Amino acid sequence: MELGADVAVIRQKMKSPQGTVRRLIIRLVFACIILGLFVWQASAAVLPQDRSDAMYHSYEGGGISIDGPSILLRKKIGNKVSVSANYYVDTISGASIDVLATASPYSEERTENSVGVDFLHNKTLMSVNYTSSSENDFEAESFHLGVSQDFFGDLTTLTLGYSKGNDEVGKTGDDSFLELAERHNYQIGITQVITKNMILGLSVENISDQGFLNNPYRSVRFLDPNTERGYSFESELYPNTRKSNAAAITANYYLPYRASVYGEAKIFSDSWGIQANTYKLGYIHTFGDDWIVELRARHYQQDKADFYQDLYTRSAEFNFRARDKEMSTFNNLSLGLSVSYEFQFSTDSLLKKSTLNLDFEHVNFDYDDFRNVLSNASTEVVPVGTEPLYQFSANITRLYLSIFY
Amino acid sequence: MTVSKLQRYNWILVVLGLTSGCSSTFEPWVKPYERDNLADPIMSMNRNPVSSSYTNHVYQAREGARGAEGGAGGGCGCN
Repeated sequence: MELGADVAVIRQKMKSPQGTVRRLIIRLVFACIILGLFVWQASAAVLPQDRSDAMYHSYEGGGISIDGPSILLRKKIGNKVSVSANYYVDTISGASIDVLATASPYSEERTENSVGVDFLHNKTLMSVNYTSSSENDFEAESFHLGVSQDFFGDLTTLTLGYSKGNDEVGKTGDDSFLELAERHNYQIGITQVITKNMILGLSVENISDQGFLNNPYRSVRFLDPNTERGYSFESELYPNTRKSNAAAITANYYLPYRASVYGEAKIFSDSWGIQANTYKLGYIHTFGDDWIVELRARHYQQDKADFYQDLYTRSAEFNFRARDKEMSTFNNLSLGLSVSYEFQFSTDSLLKKSTLNLDFEHVNFDYDDFRNVLSNASTEVVPVGTEPLYQFSANITRLYLSIFY
Repeated sequence: MTVSKLQRYNWILVVLGLTSGCSSTFEPWVKPYERDNLADPIMSMNRNPVSSSYTNHVYQAREGARGAEGGAGGGCGCN
């Protein structure tokens, strides 16, 4: 009877000139979200587990080396609050091909600090997080607010998130250079238990930027018959707004011999014309109670931004110009391996367990319209615009100790 | 409150009506005692947050795409 009345209301709404079906659907989605958070209180939201992680990370590839530590501490205070803090450092040396073509190798350091608090209130989990990042020519800070709720007998978890970030962009060697940018992220995610062995996840994120979005060190190249090599470089010029949408679907499946497989497919598009997709596949295997081994593969492909070109025919050819290889058409394939060893402590110990982990990834990048202008330095000179396409590989390593208490 | 204002808020009644029926009669098809496998760390979408956050950062710095990283969280309410 109640349902019949609801259907009648919907029909009446669909017939009325103002109440379009689209508006009704949007209202229903928002109503579900709001009511999901405040009506279904019979849930089992839980605070994150107490843990500490100490990690050494390293990235080697494309002419640059980045390494440093990352320390995470997380601890519950009572039954309703959990606090966390993360300290992270990138020590960068060398130079990528973008820099080598126009400048000299460099070294610098980036330090990132973040603090967060999770609240469990009426079985709804809320999180607040603040992150600041500092390097000699770039300052960034961001604030994140998230809400998570289980409902439908804890089979469904809904997560909503909002972040705001502010960047201050400087330039080494030019003290008067200071530009600003701000960013808004809106996230929504749903995780659904399908069977006792399978979970599906869907997450969607909208990001909008406004301000100075260039890299101040990157340049575009254009044909210049007045130079010996036939081309020159000038500064990039990006639009000062960008909006992007990404949607990912994930699936995890538990195999009968304590192993699991997972997959992820993600699509992305933005207002600059970049379209991308990512596919991930992984297999996790256990040996006894102590060893966990994971094998994974990831493939990423993107189409270039509308204003990207490897070579412009003249200086200032278009209003917006980019030759940042991250804006070009390219793909990469990564293969990864992780090994974890778990130490169990006695039940009366303060510490519950500890894991020692090694993660390794090898990635190959292949660019379709970004040419290696440095190749002329060692081989025979080729006409401008016909240099070999750029490609490189990188190794990513993480070694870390996790303690659970 | 005018009739038009009432009509404006009738979508709340629609959802309340639908959800009140669901919440009182809903029976989970995977019972709490059947969720051992889902609670195993090898089923977590974010088993090692420090490592996955670093990996996301590495790819984001080298790719044009961004956003929708990581899972939406566990779905079994059994951390």
